[in-house]
Amino acid sequence: MAISRRDILKSLTATAVTGSVLRVIRLEAAEYAHRMIKAEKAAADTQAYTPKFFSPHAYKTLQSLCGTIIPADDEAKGAVEAGAPEFIDLLTSENSEYQLSLGGGLMWVDNTCIDRYGKPYLDCAADQQKEMLDSIAYRKNAKKDPSLGQGIEFFSFLRELTADGFFTSEIGIEYLGYIGNTFVSEFPGCPPVPET
Amino acid sequence: MQVKRTPKTYDVCVIGSGAAGGTAAKVLTEGGLSVALLEAGPSFIPERDYKEHVWPYDLPHRGAGVGGHGRHGFDNEFLAPNGAWEIEGEPYVSAPGSKFRWFRSRIVGGRTNHWGRIALRMSAVDFKVRSHDGMGDDWPISYEDVAPYYDKVESYIGVFGTKENIPSAPDGIFLPPPKPRCTETIVKKACDKLSILCVPSRLAILTKPHNGRPACHYCAQCGRGCMTASNFSSSQVMIPPAEKTGRLTMITGAMARELVVGKDSKVTAVSYIDKATREERRIHARAFIVAASSCESARLLLNSRSSLFPDGLANSSGVVGRNLMDSVGSDAGGYFPQLERMPAHNHDGVGGMHMYLPWWKFDRKNDFLRGYHTEFGGGRGMPGVGDYDDLCDEFEGYGPALKRECKKKYGTYIGFAGRGEMIPNENCYCEIDPKVVDQWGIPALRFHWKWSDNEIKMAKDMQETYRAIVEAAGGVFIPSGDQDAAHPYGIADGGVIIHEVGTVRMGERSGTSALNQYCQAHDVKNLFVTDGACFVTNADKNPTLTIMALTWRASEYLLDQAKKGNLGA
Repeated sequence: MAISRRDILKSLTATAVTGSVLRVIRLEAAEYAHRMIKAEKAAADTQAYTPKFFSPHAYKTLQSLCGTIIPADDEAKGAVEAGAPEFIDLLTSENSEYQLSLGGGLMWVDNTCIDRYGKPYLDCAADQQKEMLDSIAYRKNAKKDPSLGQGIEFFSFLRELTADGFFTSEIGIEYLGYIGNTFVSEFPGCPPVPET
Repeated sequence: MQVKRTPKTYDVCVIGSGAAGGTAAKVLTEGGLSVALLEAGPSFIPERDYKEHVWPYDLPHRGAGVGGHGRHGFDNEFLAPNGAWEIEGEPYVSAPGSKFRWFRSRIVGGRTNHWGRIALRMSAVDFKVRSHDGMGDDWPISYEDVAPYYDKVESYIGVFGTKENIPSAPDGIFLPPPKPRCTETIVKKACDKLSILCVPSRLAILTKPHNGRPACHYCAQCGRGCMTASNFSSSQVMIPPAEKTGRLTMITGAMARELVVGKDSKVTAVSYIDKATREERRIHARAFIVAASSCESARLLLNSRSSLFPDGLANSSGVVGRNLMDSVGSDAGGYFPQLERMPAHNHDGVGGMHMYLPWWKFDRKNDFLRGYHTEFGGGRGMPGVGDYDDLCDEFEGYGPALKRECKKKYGTYIGFAGRGEMIPNENCYCEIDPKVVDQWGIPALRFHWKWSDNEIKMAKDMQETYRAIVEAAGGVFIPSGDQDAAHPYGIADGGVIIHEVGTVRMGERSGTSALNQYCQAHDVKNLFVTDGACFVTNADKNPTLTIMALTWRASEYLLDQAKKGNLGA
């Protein structure tokens, strides 16, 4: 019988662990538990995702926007690979305010693209998409053109959620260089801080 | 409906299992008394219910909670179970013109499962404020009365720190502190330049194995609850020894409704709602310790009206619910460019600050009375939802430039949180709302709140101090973003710092206080209130350590009374 994650975690909480030998077992068990969690996740990740809230078209637009906000580059993959669209869809499916601001916001983007270019965002040429996003990616643009206000609000919120989705993913955490969430027997303190 | 009666009469019934209730249960059972411990929430299993060592990506909501509701604020998904600003079916009300927020935990151990583990002793002057500056009231006890109990609590639970001989921050019995993080070395250097005290913090986290509990493993996640019990929680440290005596009866899912008084003006029973069955039950005991958290304890007393006690139990003075205090809170931050060049390294440490700023201007005249301490933290922590909101809003744009900016700025921020002493005022109190009940039929609380000028001046001083520190460290100051007409200098709403105390205060005279120095009700000799409700003032010291010390003291007094046969039939 395989050892379950629960068994491993239980061994971590065994009471009155004070000897150094037991301490080593505790650390190994912790690492083993982490590997098991990863393996469980990997097995579950193979299936295609069906959006819970967004229509297929809206979800494709969402994916495109997430990928543009935080794209893949030569250092790391981007927000789409990091699961940001799934994360945003899940939250939106549970929150009527998000449904308005994100669902409505995506429609606003399509409506505005149709007004400007005669087609929805995804069908626009790359330079048209860029022009669209450049107009709603900065608050100051609303001062010149108040009709951009709703689009700017939407994009600002989507940018935050995309950052959430990316930087809380395994890809994003590795990209930032966070090192921790481990068991160490002594805190090493600070490496030398460079002078200003 | 039939009222179910448990025939057994316990020596003591303790209501609430947090810092106060857990301590009482331990001391009383170890002293030989039988104890029934009532908890409104469920029990839990740490390895199942704590999210220690879970990554954000292990959770579908990444820590943001259902619908993203935990994206902001304290009640995110990682937090130890059942602590929240709002509990479904258990409302509270802020009176018109007031805003008060009430963080409650319905779980064995209460808020000790998620607290900051900051364990500070009150100083000698903190107990005698009126004698010192003429405002508020003195406690009926002095530092010398409480010091032996601080010793007992610290020796038992384990607190790290260093001996510093600072008058505003008495030393305790300390385990060695952990080494400073980079953020802490930077702030310390700046404070030294400005002659501001910055010393190792004092947290109830084990840096060495202690009383059978293993030392901290430095994952920085104390707020999630600790599976190895290397930090202090009542559920893992106070209640197990009480259970071991065989004299503890734990009753979970028990929402205390009313204390029932006999003809002799003593409490004979507590009526509670068994949440699982929604039935009314009673526990009989010879003495009662109310430790349900400051406002919940006041609520229980105010809801315990009888012909003998028409204004609520132990409330002949009218002070129950009054004298409500929180800490003065104001936050600010800084961006420190030197941290951009730090190599990636493990910055986790314990779940809290390794250093802090005790009150340092105790030796001069200030624009305000009393003092504050400062908590600070930041740097290369585990990324979480909401972390990039501010940067996204400031940098704007999108694409590779945004992505690189986030990486460049990761770990370069330090936040400062002032926690100061509020002087009680007549506009801050809680009372029973005339209309609202909770889902158990128990009348709910209504809060009234207004900061006075002294607190606002203190918040101003906090903002100025943090600007000076950040700039002395070569950083860029980021003032509190929460400043508006209702929040001058970023002062937090009442209750937000979760240090609410004072609602059933102790005192020498029965006309102006509800309890004597042993937390025993003046009006009802077998009734004790030992949580933060008994506080006379709310020093700039997080209340938990003092709650435990006062409870330990009250419990020993109760044991002594029991031995003398004064506990009642």
